[in-house]
Amino acid sequence: MRITYFHETDTLRSWGRVVRARHVACRPTWRDEVVGLVQEGGRHTNGVLALGLGRSYGDSGLNPDGAAIVMTALGRLIAFDPNAGLLRAEAGISLGVLLKFLIPKGFFLPVTPGTQYVTLGGAVANDVHGKNHHGAGTFGCWVRALGLVQSDGTERVLRADDKDGLFAATVGGLGLTGLITWVEFEALPIGSSLVDVETIPFETLPEFFSISRESDPAWQYTVSWIDCFANGGIGRGLFSRARHAASGKLEVIQPTKHLVVPAEAPGFVLGNPIMRAFNKIYYASGKRKASNPPPVRRETYLPFFYPLDAVQRWNLLYGKHGMFQYQSVVPPESAASATTEMLHQISAAGEGSFLAVLKTFGPRASPGLLSFPHEGTTLALDFPNRGASTLALLARLDDVVREAGGRLYPAKDGRIPPDMFRKGYPDLDAFAAHVDPQFSSAFWRRMQI
Amino acid sequence: MTVTLEGKRVAILGATSAVAEATARLYAAEGATLLLIGRRTERLAAMATDLRLRGASRVEVAECDLAACPAAQVAPKFASFVTQLCGLDHVLIAYGVLGDPQEVEHDAQAAEDVIQINFTSAALWILEAANRLEQQGFGALIVLGSVAGDRGRRSNYVYGATKAALATLVEGVAHRFGPHGPHGPHAVIIKPGPIDTPMTTGMRKGGPMWATPEAVARIVRRSADHNGVVVYAPARWWLIMLIIRSLPGAIFNRTKL
Repeated sequence: MRITYFHETDTLRSWGRVVRARHVACRPTWRDEVVGLVQEGGRHTNGVLALGLGRSYGDSGLNPDGAAIVMTALGRLIAFDPNAGLLRAEAGISLGVLLKFLIPKGFFLPVTPGTQYVTLGGAVANDVHGKNHHGAGTFGCWVRALGLVQSDGTERVLRADDKDGLFAATVGGLGLTGLITWVEFEALPIGSSLVDVETIPFETLPEFFSISRESDPAWQYTVSWIDCFANGGIGRGLFSRARHAASGKLEVIQPTKHLVVPAEAPGFVLGNPIMRAFNKIYYASGKRKASNPPPVRRETYLPFFYPLDAVQRWNLLYGKHGMFQYQSVVPPESAASATTEMLHQISAAGEGSFLAVLKTFGPRASPGLLSFPHEGTTLALDFPNRGASTLALLARLDDVVREAGGRLYPAKDGRIPPDMFRKGYPDLDAFAAHVDPQFSSAFWRRMQI
Repeated sequence: MTVTLEGKRVAILGATSAVAEATARLYAAEGATLLLIGRRTERLAAMATDLRLRGASRVEVAECDLAACPAAQVAPKFASFVTQLCGLDHVLIAYGVLGDPQEVEHDAQAAEDVIQINFTSAALWILEAANRLEQQGFGALIVLGSVAGDRGRRSNYVYGATKAALATLVEGVAHRFGPHGPHGPHAVIIKPGPIDTPMTTGMRKGGPMWATPEAVARIVRRSADHNGVVVYAPARWWLIMLIIRSLPGAIFNRTKL
């Protein structure tokens, strides 16, 4: 009696909540169901796509009017080698559950994005990066092997040292080469789950760059928050740097479930006056904390690594129209001018970003053909979707990024022009050769490749 | 009460169901010893590996078509489970099928299958488990029922009937255990409302009426350690079903429940 089958649903949305579409979806619970479902899904008009926890902001994680295989019930641990730190698990397991397993054993994720609510498969498909990119590269740098199922019914094991290009296409490949069933990666040994954190306020962008240059070699994790609303975008903000404590307790901290946004917020909640005020208070509070010695705080890992997980369903704060997330990277030589220009454009448009994050990326290359980070500076911005004015601003930012020789991140994107995507990713054609013809997504169709 | 270095020894009949797996993970986190019983050995093996990594002291697998075991073989089979576990603290009966409501009304074989799987076969395991727990003087028998058993409703009354029958059976076992006192064996029937699992694929889910297997598992785990006999999961279903049970026929007949 087969009880896992495709059925219609209209509840799948992007994290930005701008895109909501009808899918035909199923949610397998056992690996042995996957091959049949992929073959069946692949026969739909718009093909099939594997979905995770739905944290992609734009349309890279959706397949409107097509088939979707939701992987979140495939979350079993498969094998662990404590000497090499190698962990193999089903692709639907969340990073949070992985941490629950790893931390007591003295390990951490080698690379983690700012939320634990991301699947292992999603982390590979988007080749996620974290606050330690300058030293550790992307998640893909730590993947040793993975299991891939394609629409012709084949199940293969791909390894990091494969030469045929399919592994490289799958890392950062947005799920388009096939369905990832399991992933094996190398975890990071840690002496303690506590972190030592230092916060340094800065008043201008040049200050940010100089603190970065000084901090990156000495600190494992660095990231900055920037106040977009301040004084015409001069670039004041708070620089955070951290490292794992050498020794101390190894304790899993559960994100609190108490703070949850109960419903879609009305439009004025993340309107400019409130965002402006929040940014001002946040900066002042950070500055105050920083100037009281001792500057280095020892904290649990949760607030530094996963600040957003403190508020469940925070994307609902953006109301009915949702938000666009815009993340760019520009090379080092144009970083200062491009970042300055972007901040000016945002300030001039009067559209602020609630959560503006700035960080330097290091030179460590990812195996992924469509991997987003490259050496330089990345700026990540959230914009409430105000329709045409927001899209116009994003187009102006595109111009700055394009001219600086940078690119945007598909996992965040919802509206990148196809030609800009092409230009930003020189390995796109090599990647396209590995795309499974029966796999598709809204993003891929939008790129018209 | 037994005290072992390995934690509880738990037999799970129908281990591959969503609630069973979620419950098994809770036991694993405590370092329990588990026996996973079902038909699909590959799936049980995948589950066992996961549970060992999550902290179970020992995980064994037993292949058995629980719904089709001849009556005469139930006792020896159950004894073999206990041997594999080296003892028995908790028994969880967690297998069943929803059935197709239209099909069971017109196809006698389909109806018989649902009744056999959900009730007749499970009843034999329950009786054998009861014998074992009473004989040894301790332990917990936990059976997954459903709120559907509280009142026959046209949308799933054959399924509901099997769950109602299980509830009465378990209540009887609990009554039988009564004289052994609070530290003796006990039996509990869990009555979940709708749960988001493969059994309910295709239904319109979401909203406060739906529970996750993890939430129900937490209630199952807790119930094994306490003395309640009938436990609704989540607890609010006690009130909802009280109301539904109390609706006079004239009103109830007008609903499409």
